Amino acid sequence: MAGAAGPAAGSGAAGGDGDDSLYPIAVLIDELRNEDVQLRLNSIKKLSTIALALGVERTRTELLPFLTDTIYDEDEVLLALAEQLGNFTGLVGGPDFAHCLLPPLESLATVEETVVRDKAVESLRQISQEHTPVALEAHFVPLVKRLASGDWFTSRTSACGLFSVCYPRASIAVKGEIKQYFRSLCSDDTPMVRRAAASKLGEFAKVLELDSVKSEIVPLFTNLASDEQDSVRLLAVEACVSIAQLLSQEDIEALVMPTLRQAAEDKSWRVRYMVADKFSELQKAVGPKITLNDLIPAFQNLLKDCEAEVRAAAAHKVKELCENLPIEGRETIIMNQILPYIKELVSDTNQHVKSALASVIMGLATILGKENTIEHLLPLFLAQLKDECPEVRLNIISNLDCVNEVIGIRQLSQSLLPAIVELAEDAKWRVRLAIIEYMPLLAGQLGVEFFDEKLNSLCMAWLVDHVYAIREAATSNLMKLVQKFGTEWAQNTIVPKVLVMANDPNYLHRMTTLFCINALSEACGQEITTKQMLPIVLKMAGDQVANVRFNVAKSLQKIGPILDTDALQVEVKPVLQKLGQDEDMDVKYFAQEAISAVAQRLRKLDFPVKDSEEPSAPGADKTHLPRPRGPGEDTGKGQQLSSPCSGCPRPGGRAGATAPSVSAAFGPCICLTELGLREDTTSEQQFHIFNCKPQTSLGRRSYIFLHIQGALTVPLNTWFACDVRAE
Amino acid sequence: MLGPWCSPTGSPAPLSCETGCGEGTWILVCRLLVPTQVSLLSMEEDIDTRKINNSFLRDHSYATEADIISTVEFNHTGELLATGDKGGRVVIFQREQESKNQVHRRGEYNVYSTFQSHEPEFDYLKSLEIEEKINKIRWLPQQNAAYFLLSTNDKTVKLWKVSERDKRPEGYNLKDEEGRLRDPATITTLRVPVLRPMDLMVEATPRRVFANAHTYHINSISVNSDYETYMSADDLRINLWNFEITNQSFNIVDIKPANMEELTEVITAAEFHPHHCNTFVYSSSKGTIRLCDMRASALCDRHTKFFEEPEDPSNRSFFSEIISSISDVKFSHSGRYIMTRDYLTVKVWDLNMENRPIETYQVHDYLRSKLCSLYENDCIFDKFECVWNGSDSVIMTGSYNNFFRMFDRNTKRDVTLEASRENSKPRAILKPRKVCVGGKRRKDEISVDSLDFSKKILHTAWHPSENIIAVAATNNLYIFQDKVN
Repeated sequence: MAGAAGPAAGSGAAGGDGDDSLYPIAVLIDELRNEDVQLRLNSIKKLSTIALALGVERTRTELLPFLTDTIYDEDEVLLALAEQLGNFTGLVGGPDFAHCLLPPLESLATVEETVVRDKAVESLRQISQEHTPVALEAHFVPLVKRLASGDWFTSRTSACGLFSVCYPRASIAVKGEIKQYFRSLCSDDTPMVRRAAASKLGEFAKVLELDSVKSEIVPLFTNLASDEQDSVRLLAVEACVSIAQLLSQEDIEALVMPTLRQAAEDKSWRVRYMVADKFSELQKAVGPKITLNDLIPAFQNLLKDCEAEVRAAAAHKVKELCENLPIEGRETIIMNQILPYIKELVSDTNQHVKSALASVIMGLATILGKENTIEHLLPLFLAQLKDECPEVRLNIISNLDCVNEVIGIRQLSQSLLPAIVELAEDAKWRVRLAIIEYMPLLAGQLGVEFFDEKLNSLCMAWLVDHVYAIREAATSNLMKLVQKFGTEWAQNTIVPKVLVMANDPNYLHRMTTLFCINALSEACGQEITTKQMLPIVLKMAGDQVANVRFNVAKSLQKIGPILDTDALQVEVKPVLQKLGQDEDMDVKYFAQEAISAVAQRLRKLDFPVKDSEEPSAPGADKTHLPRPRGPGEDTGKGQQLSSPCSGCPRPGGRAGATAPSVSAAFGPCICLTELGLREDTTSEQQFHIFNCKPQTSLGRRSYIFLHIQGALTVPLNTWFACDVRAE
Repeated sequence: MLGPWCSPTGSPAPLSCETGCGEGTWILVCRLLVPTQVSLLSMEEDIDTRKINNSFLRDHSYATEADIISTVEFNHTGELLATGDKGGRVVIFQREQESKNQVHRRGEYNVYSTFQSHEPEFDYLKSLEIEEKINKIRWLPQQNAAYFLLSTNDKTVKLWKVSERDKRPEGYNLKDEEGRLRDPATITTLRVPVLRPMDLMVEATPRRVFANAHTYHINSISVNSDYETYMSADDLRINLWNFEITNQSFNIVDIKPANMEELTEVITAAEFHPHHCNTFVYSSSKGTIRLCDMRASALCDRHTKFFEEPEDPSNRSFFSEIISSISDVKFSHSGRYIMTRDYLTVKVWDLNMENRPIETYQVHDYLRSKLCSLYENDCIFDKFECVWNGSDSVIMTGSYNNFFRMFDRNTKRDVTLEASRENSKPRAILKPRKVCVGGKRRKDEISVDSLDFSKKILHTAWHPSENIIAVAATNNLYIFQDKVN
């Protein structure tokens, strides 16, 4: 065995070349216990390097015992450790010594954090494959038994995931024991363990002999499916899928279907929801015959369930269900047995149900063909396009491509256009944002004439929306449109309108011009950029608002690579140098940044650059951003909170970004974005909004969370909640 | 592993025997002071918190507002007892291990861990201060060697892990024993750190923070019997959380009317059924209790059962509505009954009978004549809690003047006891107290007028299986034990 320990790297010190190679390793080992989590994490991620340096023997006798006892650490460190150990077999001396890895993973499998436990189980499963059958029974199976009979439910839940990897390779006697342990976990006192067992039931069934599945797994399954805890019963639905896959049609009918029927009519909506959610899998597992006899009626019931969550889950599955029906007779079944229920759902009382349906209903067009679509589905689409809930309309619009293939989008354009216009002007900015994202798609399908005629004006209107996020999305939308319709189109329709905004009295609109130029310059190419855009940018360098001026500097930096050296040297550089002398600190800073970027580019192009033209580095370093404020400058909390928010910029520029009022009714998100504040408006008093993603899909009364990073009155990384309904 | 709720390991509760909870049954085990801010500092220096002597905590004659205990809760085995205070601190006491030569000391609780759970905050959206006061503590069923508890203030629920550590790694490569840096050139071998035993250290670490889901003040938290969810209730809404997920919660009850002027009642307390994961109850300021079934629908705005006692018109007064407001609701361990506390009474309801309680106990009926002055000094809004004993045969709740009351449901006897400093000698036997109700005051009676309304016992806890109780009286925590024990 000792031979397996490999070359004599064993005793650690690699002889003569000692110091050089040892020092970094020594640092890594010491950092395993550094106070900084990040350093510990780095060190754990390089555990293989440490193990390699220590050699297999010291890894086994010193490193692993140390790791076994370090389970006090932060979750992320433990997670990394659990992951590392899964690939450690080679580092402890190969498969013969794989069992040395079990103790640390065993203790990781009992921690309270689910992700860590799951990762430890995953690594254990990996390592089990490297055990010889003898070692498996000598080391691995005892570990599984220990976990399965542990005092705490964390260890017992971890055990559930390990049965299926040791069962196939164990001897008959041990197999019996393993089954016994699994059985007892299925009737454990704590719901946690029963849940773990229920979720692994299908996986375990797959490795068992068919007879055992019928005689042992099915009773366990039936028991779990009638557990007193809802959370256990609903997991049995999942197991249903795997078990049904293993059995013949007759056996499914006799052993699984009674339970499944019962689940579809369970008293708890969560269980019925699970049936609806897993419907496609169930359908595939039980086969077409049972689907027709049993599942279709069950599905009809789910579609008219009294709980909206269940109806929504079922509505989501309509398309998949129809797709998976046997092609022969599919049309009749859909037309007679499914479509009537779908028609009802179109006018459901719950908007989540309607929008779930709207997200899949277009898919039916391809299944039913042109005639049926025009006759039966089109009225539904049209009804949904007029739905009062914007989400429903959005979902229809986002799936237009399915219908386009079957009947052509023109059939819809009559109703489509009012729907789009209405969404484009919706009072909720998130709805406007969503429709903007579909614009390039719509433009592609409707063609350039239709677009120019009907939609172009919308796209331009978004550029002057009062919410920053919309303006931002509108600029990137323009870029995508140009990519689709070409530069000539851009030159004729878009660029002039964008450039006109440079003279707008509102500084936010003037900045939008700059943002558009940033986005469009690349798509439009050098000629348009140099001839049409650059002069406007340069002109704006004299703007009275500092925000605009430093955005000019940023724009110049951005479009620099597209311009030729002539333009850079003759036109851009003087302007930047002038901005570099600006009285405003931020303008100066961004001008310096741009100067060095431009200088770099010129140097690359072998243009002579004099040293004196290099930016004066000191004083312009990054640390002054965001600019530190003296205590005296602080306007004080109370004042901040009571200042008005709806006002646009105060004359004189960036002060317009003042005091975003958090007292404004509901939603710092709306208030702050309406002020147009983002990370790029670097001003003294600002809030950064860097995550406005609503967390929806939680039933109609969930909350959205907004992550707002504030500079002054709000502590960093504060979470604000807005009640969705209040909006 | 049987949960303590399924089979209380204690023998038949002595309280239900003939003596009831009558005279001389209860003795003081210890009086614990929640360490003040000052002593907390010195505790941090002392690594071994377990060794802190009770004497060190004893006899702070002063109590700051922050030291007032605001919640008391035993864990599922009764080995640990947690208190929360107005200063946002959680103090966990551990029961003295049983040892043969110190039989009489059994039942004493010592400080196990102390940590700052909540800090004062400021709500910038509403320009409101958020107090750090701990409103409720709930223990989670034990899942590994560490203990877990939920603590909440008005807005934020936190999940804490309390764990022990008795080893620490030793040996560095780049430093020597005294921490001096070594010359990298002298490093010729690698050292792997070795773990050495050390004095036991108890650490409390925040594992999850469940914030931003409550617009109003959280009054209750309750852990579900499925071990994976819990609920938090505020004045108008109840939310359901998963322990693993902090950025989402499901709103299951919402009684907020579209127009706030139509608001007639608020949620005062809520609790899950001890065994049925789908059932919970919540009480309202109108004296009613609603039972909801989460199986029926995702939103439980419509209740399944509605418990209400018809009002006696002859007793109607200006204060009727205020004193009928329910301050606490508790399921019995068996899950069959619910107990509610209103200002003057404790009521026990059978889940199967909605129209009236099966038992009503008068806690301090003698205050009925003093409601006017209690209204003036705001005492009428005090929120008294109530608890069951391990076998559901006795109930306990607090009163004024440091009195607390016990009612034996079988013998119908009741007793008034006092948690006071005067008899705080260990092993002292508690003398029953009597408040004079009639005209003449007998020798051992106390007149209603001499009751001290600033000394109120709002929070009490009963050991899950034994006759040990914890009673919080302002900044003092008294542990009493049945003498038979």
